[in-house]
Amino acid sequence: MKNTKKTVVVGMSGGVDSSVAALLLKEQGYNVIGVTMQIWQDEDRCTIEHEGGCCGLSAVDDARRVAGILDIPYYVMNFKNEFKENVIDYFTDAYLHGMTPNPCIACNRYVKWESLLRRSLEIGADYIATGHYARVVKLPNGRYAIQKSKTDAKDQTYALYNLTQYQLEHTLMPVGDFEKPQIRRLADEAGLVVANKPDSQEICFIPDNDYAGFIERECDCSNVRPGNFVDKDGNVLGTHKGIIHYTIGQRKGLNLSMGRPVFVTDIRTDTNEVVIGDGGDVFSLELIADNINYMAVPEFEDGMRAWAKIRYSHKGAPCTVYNHEKGIRVVFDEPQRAITPGQAVVIYDGDIVMGGGTIIRG
Amino acid sequence: MNKLIYLDNAATTKLDADVFEVMKPYFIENFSNPSSVYDIAQHSKAAVEDAREQIANILGARTNEIYFTGGGSESDNWAIKGTAEAYKTKGNHIITSKLEHHAVLHTCQYLEKQGFEVTYLDVDADGKISLEELEAAIKPETILISIMFANNEIGTIQPIKEIGAIAKKHGVLFHTDAVQAFAHVPIDVQEMNIDMLSASGHKFNGPKGIGFMYIRKGVKIGSFIHGGAQERSRRAGTHNVPGIVGMAAAARLAADAMDERIKQECELRDYLIDRILTEIPYVRLNGHRTDRLPNNANFSFQFIEGESLLIMLDQRGICASSGSACTSGSLDPSHVLLAIGLPHEIAHGSLRLTLSHENTKEEMDYVVEQLKFIVDRLRSMSPLYEDFVKKNS
Repeated sequence: MKNTKKTVVVGMSGGVDSSVAALLLKEQGYNVIGVTMQIWQDEDRCTIEHEGGCCGLSAVDDARRVAGILDIPYYVMNFKNEFKENVIDYFTDAYLHGMTPNPCIACNRYVKWESLLRRSLEIGADYIATGHYARVVKLPNGRYAIQKSKTDAKDQTYALYNLTQYQLEHTLMPVGDFEKPQIRRLADEAGLVVANKPDSQEICFIPDNDYAGFIERECDCSNVRPGNFVDKDGNVLGTHKGIIHYTIGQRKGLNLSMGRPVFVTDIRTDTNEVVIGDGGDVFSLELIADNINYMAVPEFEDGMRAWAKIRYSHKGAPCTVYNHEKGIRVVFDEPQRAITPGQAVVIYDGDIVMGGGTIIRG
Repeated sequence: MNKLIYLDNAATTKLDADVFEVMKPYFIENFSNPSSVYDIAQHSKAAVEDAREQIANILGARTNEIYFTGGGSESDNWAIKGTAEAYKTKGNHIITSKLEHHAVLHTCQYLEKQGFEVTYLDVDADGKISLEELEAAIKPETILISIMFANNEIGTIQPIKEIGAIAKKHGVLFHTDAVQAFAHVPIDVQEMNIDMLSASGHKFNGPKGIGFMYIRKGVKIGSFIHGGAQERSRRAGTHNVPGIVGMAAAARLAADAMDERIKQECELRDYLIDRILTEIPYVRLNGHRTDRLPNNANFSFQFIEGESLLIMLDQRGICASSGSACTSGSLDPSHVLLAIGLPHEIAHGSLRLTLSHENTKEEMDYVVEQLKFIVDRLRSMSPLYEDFVKKNS
């Protein structure tokens, strides 16, 4: 009898979400292969225990045990170079250029959905799957798009806006149909050892969250040097530690005694200046974004009404989207706090991701 | 094809069923500690000493020159650290090679941090050291030469007898890591002038967690595991009696069948190598064509990722490896393949197939057919291969 079952590679981090993704797909009748992506850079760094995170040898051990319980084949694939080039180098480079990058978006687009997908198709899979709280849908216009998951609290669509049509066509996200407590219960019922692991937090390759220290260790940092805090008229207010230590909207850790709360409102790489302003200066009405990925539609209708999210934790806000020579211009109905170059703006129509791009100017 | 074809015998071997029978009485019937005084303990004591004698006979050594250890890595650590410690007043220089097992390399690196000087000899494209370079590296401070008998990845066998002669001529101790060679090829410690030799039970159808070291009488080497008076006070710890008995029985079986197995494995190996080199384009054989372990074949396939190759072989019931199982957690290409001069991208596409006397020609045919299909598929999806074809069309 010819085996007509479709084969799917599940990216397994050892955490509860991807473990249950594998479980669900097996129950749905797929041939499931578990794969953990080895992305950490050296043997020493993986001794840093990073519970719930996607890097480190403990992730491999946990994922392997889960695969054993589910009785699915399991492999570890090496993506060290891909991760270094597409995520870590991009991350440090963006900071050095005064921007605040989102490494998860780069990892999704270039490591998970490019390298892992390619290697999975190579070994005979039809799809890859992850434990993201998001759904993949095929729209009436024939295009694929990411849809928000059933549970708004865990929505992970923001970091997935950059996937291509080809990538989405080969993607399954079974966890998006459930809420987190259900996922934990399913893991528990199936006897998966990870059921009570904490959610992963922060940036997986910087477990101590000291990203400035990481960048200084990672690269030639001749351009990480102290400079001036200035106000918007150019008056010098004090000395900063180097631009990589700051992000738009930041209030803590400035060590300025101004007698009132002040915030970072701009980072000027050309003059190595960090611009300081009042709360009101942190709000702006519009942004410009480039490198647009069109998802639900082949192009945006000029003047389109939509919702936009400007960072992972942003609730989203109503806006109008205009085409622009660089990409798009997004004008919000109300001023938004801390629109930050380097972060993504993701455009939604309801719970469907229309597309998005990288903010170049707030 | 549902049958599993196991071609990773350099990683570990299946315990021989007869060996298992020999071990069994020492788990429950006679579980006694050989160091105890009562009568039944004398039986286990006798079993341990019989085992020692059997292994000594295979090597041409004396019974009291065989020391039981926890395995190959322990033996390597003991030989090198023990020698370094015992002979540090004589000198602080050690000579080894770039394609040693990590049990030797990492031990030497550790000693470098303790103030020892280590020369890592280069190897040629086949993985052999140069005897001239070896001799030139010896200086008055040299206390130890540690060169592996046969390489665990590419199977190349070193000129051990000649190395032994050079060591003897210069009054330097010679240790060889024979984990892959012992019970696979003939070894005579007298004829080869070997002062210390490491071996491991599970590499020749014996049990895991047991090994031994041959230490020539007269070699000053201290205790590595301190404690009780076992192994003439040189290696403490209650004897692993079933392990020792099993390892000796497996060694005996292998030694008795050695000529026949070498002939059979070499035939099978050469058949496999010839078919792959003839029928698959852009492939190279790693390691020496003839001075190699009878069961080792190691290939590099251009334009493909070794990991995908291994997974696809596994999907078809074939157990193989890309290099050493001990380094599969590591992401860097094998130090052995880099030492023989392979560029990174080709080292990444490597495959090690290590046979046993139980493999058959039919299995080799199946493996070759599957390999042809897999390599072809992976290349058809490889951007590197696409570029190559464009450039050359």
